[in-house]
Amino acid sequence: MTTTYEPNKVLSNKEFKVVGTRPVRPDGADKVTGRAQYGADLQLTGLLYGKTLRSPHAHANIKSIDFKKALALEGVKAVVSAKDFPETKDTANYGLGDSPMNYFRGNILADKKVLYKGQAIAAVAASSVHVAEAALSLIDVKYEVLDAVLTAPEGMAKDAPILHDDLFTKEFEKQTKVNSNIAEHFQHKMGDIDEGFAGADVIVERTFDTATVHQGYIEPHNVTALWNDDDRIHVWTSTQGAFTVRAAVSEALAVPVSKIKVTPMEIGGGFGGKINVYEDPAAALLSKKAGHKPVKMVMTRAEVFEGTGPTPGSHMTVKMGATNEGKIVAAQANLAMEAGAYPGSPVGAGAMCVFTAYDIANVTIDGYDVVVNKPKTAAYRAPGAPNAAFAAEQVIDEIAEKLNIDPLELRLQNAAKEGTRRADGPIHPRIGCVEVLEAMKEHHHYQSPLTPAKNGGKVGRGVGIGFWFNIGMQSACNISVNNDGTVNLVEGSTDIGGSRASIAMHAAEVLGISYEDVKPQVADTDSVGYTAITGGSRTTFATGWAAYEAANDVKAQLIDRAATIWGVDPDSVEMEEGVLRSKTDTELNMSFKDLSAQLNDTGGPIVGRGAVDPSGIGGSFCGQIVDVEVDPETGKTDILRFTVVQDAGKAIHPSYVEGQMQGGSVQGIGWALNEEYYYSEDGRMNNPTFLDYRMPTSLDLPMIDTVIVEVANPGHPYGVRGVGEANIVSPQAAVANAIKSAVGARMEKMPMNPAAIMEQLWS
Amino acid sequence: MNSIDYIRPTTVDEAVSLLAKYKEKARVLAGGTDLIVQMRGGRYQLDAVIDGKHIEELNQLTYSKENGLVIGAAVPCHKIYGDENIASAYPGIMDSATLIGGIQIQGRASLGGNLMNAAPSADAIPALIAHNAVANIVGANGTRSVPVEDICSGPGRTTLDTGEILVSISVPAPSKGFGARYIRFIPRNEMDIAVAGAGVSVQLKNGKIEAARVALSSVAPTPLFVENAGNSLVGKEPSDENIQAAANLAKEAATPITDMRGTVEFRKHLCEVLTRRALHTAVERAREEN
Ligand SMILES: Cc1cc2nc3c(=O)[nH]c(=O)nc-3n(C[C@H](O)[C@H](O)[C@H](O)COP(=O)(O)OP(=O)(O)OC[C@H]3O[C@@H](n4cnc5c(N)ncnc54)[C@H](O)[C@@H]3O)c2cc1C
Repeated sequence: MTTTYEPNKVLSNKEFKVVGTRPVRPDGADKVTGRAQYGADLQLTGLLYGKTLRSPHAHANIKSIDFKKALALEGVKAVVSAKDFPETKDTANYGLGDSPMNYFRGNILADKKVLYKGQAIAAVAASSVHVAEAALSLIDVKYEVLDAVLTAPEGMAKDAPILHDDLFTKEFEKQTKVNSNIAEHFQHKMGDIDEGFAGADVIVERTFDTATVHQGYIEPHNVTALWNDDDRIHVWTSTQGAFTVRAAVSEALAVPVSKIKVTPMEIGGGFGGKINVYEDPAAALLSKKAGHKPVKMVMTRAEVFEGTGPTPGSHMTVKMGATNEGKIVAAQANLAMEAGAYPGSPVGAGAMCVFTAYDIANVTIDGYDVVVNKPKTAAYRAPGAPNAAFAAEQVIDEIAEKLNIDPLELRLQNAAKEGTRRADGPIHPRIGCVEVLEAMKEHHHYQSPLTPAKNGGKVGRGVGIGFWFNIGMQSACNISVNNDGTVNLVEGSTDIGGSRASIAMHAAEVLGISYEDVKPQVADTDSVGYTAITGGSRTTFATGWAAYEAANDVKAQLIDRAATIWGVDPDSVEMEEGVLRSKTDTELNMSFKDLSAQLNDTGGPIVGRGAVDPSGIGGSFCGQIVDVEVDPETGKTDILRFTVVQDAGKAIHPSYVEGQMQGGSVQGIGWALNEEYYYSEDGRMNNPTFLDYRMPTSLDLPMIDTVIVEVANPGHPYGVRGVGEANIVSPQAAVANAIKSAVGARMEKMPMNPAAIMEQLWS
Repeated sequence: MNSIDYIRPTTVDEAVSLLAKYKEKARVLAGGTDLIVQMRGGRYQLDAVIDGKHIEELNQLTYSKENGLVIGAAVPCHKIYGDENIASAYPGIMDSATLIGGIQIQGRASLGGNLMNAAPSADAIPALIAHNAVANIVGANGTRSVPVEDICSGPGRTTLDTGEILVSISVPAPSKGFGARYIRFIPRNEMDIAVAGAGVSVQLKNGKIEAARVALSSVAPTPLFVENAGNSLVGKEPSDENIQAAANLAKEAATPITDMRGTVEFRKHLCEVLTRRALHTAVERAREEN
């Protein structure tokens, strides 16, 4: 079969008028002209500047903190520490489940103990950043330094130093009385694993280790907080969830949410890392203590690396068995992931994804959530799944190699379909795993010979497929009709990837008006209904759905109004393509624009509302084909060609879907090749800069080709599946498989940097 | 937080007397691509920054086939590689000047600053050593000229005395049959710091190597001049075996450390690979010059 080369393909399932087109984004002009307001741009009258004192040790008891000298410095207005938190309840919940209050607050301002280098201990507000920095060096903290635990296996060791004396292992859902660094051990089981392996002709088992990596968003965390004289708190911040910030500030400071207003500023990247709240509560406390003056805090890059949540390092063993015909009959995974300082690694999600692309009868998955002396991990695009796929997708590759079966063919033979049960319980609804694999197989890239080497190295090709389940959660949206035939759309999802556009497109499609006639806006927490985080690939799915509901509400009211004007039964009126007309009387018709001009004289304004908590979530599969060149003398890997194929359900705005696919691929490539927290033995990150934390630059990447597959999600009005995450799950494994095919090195460690590849070649 | 004096002398004498006044509390500013970054990072607590960019001698850039090249200590990279005659006569220095940072950095960064910053990873220093360059230094006690390989004494440290200023770098005019090359290894393709680097030169005469020099970056506390590696080639043909033998000597000479940029073993290995590759290119270039 011959396929022609097209850099960006959309295998569309259904055509709409606005949905599926590529209009320009509403925030584009402001961003390219520098007018967009980011948190660091904010200036307020009487503004003070805050800075955070951070632990120099990975693990230590805090014996005492003395602020005397710092407070004596001219220009210092306030200092805060954990002592400034009010007495309150024992658990905190800011929208993502319960956690112990002391853990939640400990990660904002440590109390008796520091658990990672970079952990916040105190904060200062001063007349300038320089004064604040100088004041930090005058705070005298006495520590008792303890031994640090830096990896999951170290943390799980019998004689490991214990991080929390109040942490007891949860074993198979039951709380034990064992005080250890293992916060939880769980297991998913399906079929009979021993029987499965007994029936296998080939078995591959390998153990993999991956390093801690950061999301690497370009904009550092920032916050400005004003604790007003009348105890209303206003927070301006860069966040993936304004309501999450509101809830977190409320929980930390024991102030009701109604007293807190959070204004989300434009956001320069988050990838999951801007869900958790860091300096915001301290900034509010400083504001109060400094006499109700606004306080602004902007992190440095080193603070971002050391003081915010990366995604974990992991230690994983995966074993799979298959028959000579290529039927995978058994799969076992043992996943241990570093939670960082407090429980909550994404190992649960990793376990939900590790074998999800396959229909395997006998599966056992063990997961361990292990606390270590590193920053508390946060979400990073499909958290946990890339680690798991790095292991599983390499083991599958090796089975294909052993059986001499094409690696895509083997995956297709075993691909999960509608009705396949996942080892963690759920049965797959309609999914696009097979369609993605088929699109990969038929792609010009896969049909072409290996890309020739550019620098005389060895070339190889690898593939991989990954899954992310996506989430639903709550979203709200209001739409008001303007009298010039346009609408204002107000929603609460901070826009990281073009979601304002895709959400507006939902409304335009319903109303039959042009995209340009919808003016979307992300509002503060006082101005729109509760909206959960921009995360879990939920935003276009759920907030888009809220916009769909709001637009339908507007549409129903427009029909009513036209019926009133015409004196007919509303049931006899319809609205299509932006025109209201009587179904029976062809004389009676009126454009939306004409009607909008009459609203104020015919009963008043029309405002539609949409509020959803949708359940019909559609998971997404995403696969990659990658050609690499490896210099066998230096171990340097260049990506020669990269194709990414993802099931979007329906691509509302294909360009932004492609942007997600390319972005996830690029982050996956960086993670695969060079990114890592490089630790000293005593737990200091040696490379908290973009010089030595090596993310790929444009010169390290080819243009990434995309194929959007559309297997409609029956649970969404336009068939949308979230697309923000599945694309980062398997690029790492695909690159590993390509390296294996180029130079024969099976990489069990990530990053697969030049030194690691040479070591593997030498071993 | 303390304020500092920014001073802009226009003569070497003036600069020297300012340096005498402030002593170790002052540093000379060329492009500032190291100094300003380091000041912001808290490496120095200075009272004065003395801008060298307005002193004529520090801005000179002259080349003739007879007298060779003189590069003022503050001349930015882009001026050096922007001159076609210089670019073709000094291929090793060109490799470095076009490699440091990116276009924006090269608009400011000087070879003088690269040398005085004395980073083990400095990309210009091995090429300068390979090209037999000499540093011209002025202080209260007068002028002296020192081979570049004798300038660096440790990471960030030089053999200049407090109060001395680098005025220029002199590089002899290459004769026919000369070829040079600098390459470094970085995990990415740009904007990175050398894991290891090799700057080499060869002088060919009648098909044999008359002279050769090898210097390495990032594998010792200072850029490393590996005299015996170059000497091993003298009088020999530039064959694969002879080049390999010289590359092995470079590997032996290297004393790297293990850090986030590479392990001892990997870096030593790179010295061999890079020296070999650089020598092959230098020989090719030397032949083109014939
Ligand atoms: C983004 C970026 C990328 C970089 N990439 C590279 C790279 O790829 N390779 C590389 O080698 N370097 C790199 N550097 C470092 C730097 O650009 C180079 O070392 C550059 O050559 C320094 O020159 P400068 O003129 O800016 O020196 P400056 O910063 O002005 O000075 C450097 C040092 O030399 C001293 N000094 C300067 N002039 C004199 C003088 N006349 N007499 C005595 N002392 C003097 C200064 O006091 C200071 O200590 C990079 C820097 C940045 C910011």
